[in-house]
Amino acid sequence: MHSLGYRVNALLAFAVTILALICGIASFSDNFNSPSPSAEVQVLNINRFRKKLTGDDEVSLTLNISANLESLFTWNTKQVFVFLAAEYETPNNALNQVSLWDSIIPSKERARFSIETTNKYRFIDQGSNLRGKDFNLTMHWHVMPKTGKMFADNLVISGFRLPEAYR
Amino acid sequence: MGWIGEQIDSIKSLNFRQVLTQAVSLGMIVTSALIIWKGLMCITGSESPVVVVLSGSMEPGFKRGDILFLHMSKDPIRAGEIVVFNVDGREIPIVHRVIKVHEHQDTGEVDVLTKGDNNFGDDRLLYAHGQLWLHRHHIMGRAVGFLPYVGWVTIIMTEKPIIKFILIGALGLLVITSKE
Repeated sequence: MHSLGYRVNALLAFAVTILALICGIASFSDNFNSPSPSAEVQVLNINRFRKKLTGDDEVSLTLNISANLESLFTWNTKQVFVFLAAEYETPNNALNQVSLWDSIIPSKERARFSIETTNKYRFIDQGSNLRGKDFNLTMHWHVMPKTGKMFADNLVISGFRLPEAYR
Repeated sequence: MGWIGEQIDSIKSLNFRQVLTQAVSLGMIVTSALIIWKGLMCITGSESPVVVVLSGSMEPGFKRGDILFLHMSKDPIRAGEIVVFNVDGREIPIVHRVIKVHEHQDTGEVDVLTKGDNNFGDDRLLYAHGQLWLHRHHIMGRAVGFLPYVGWVTIIMTEKPIIKFILIGALGLLVITSKE
């Protein structure tokens, strides 16, 4: 009844239960954080705008991205994955989301930033619909916890427009 | 002789009942594990509700040995979500992030491109030859929750099968010899 095996088993079971409970509480505590992140994006230049040989439009942009994501961090946050996507509608597609730039923010100290960059991933349309196209640049963030539930949200920045002619 | 015979009989009957109880309780353990797994499949709508991360392509977010909880709903797939997908001709599913989405107007079918956070380029090299996009039927679920380290148990067991046999053997021996 009170052999070594039983004691070890009981101790292990208890330890695992407590650990699971603490993980649950840590994840639940994220719900009390109500973040208020801010982001601002400017298109500084359109470097290249052309139709590829495949018939798809491609754009290269220079962007200025500044954001303050400090309020997303809690004690259960491992990292925040942030990315900027161009979002627009075309006759064929109800929604196009093209990621242009992303970054991993490992700590609260680096969550306030301002950078100037060209698009990291190619901005290619499915087809040739980008001339004079209105589009949104949406800042998305995905909060990865140390344990538990993942959170995601975004901020839509609208009012961008591509030129009428290739260049 | 009569007395010894009685003793042997009582031991025999006792053993039989003990064995029966043990077999039943072992069956209970196995079936309840099965019930939990199948129940999770029903709730999450994903054919494998829990997956173990096997590669470092999503570091530092997900490391090898972490486990992910999946959910598969009717909601459309959007950029930024971490999805688990199967590629034709590959046995092991891949956990990567969606970076491009093109949703068709008339059919509602989606063209999806993925990339591992820690990889330099996108996943077109991992897809089947000539495949440019993932579609809805490739995707098994999206990651909603995360638990570190726990998956190491299964990684160790699949890579060192001898440990699995030793563990199963020891557990079996414990069940057989236990008096409770």
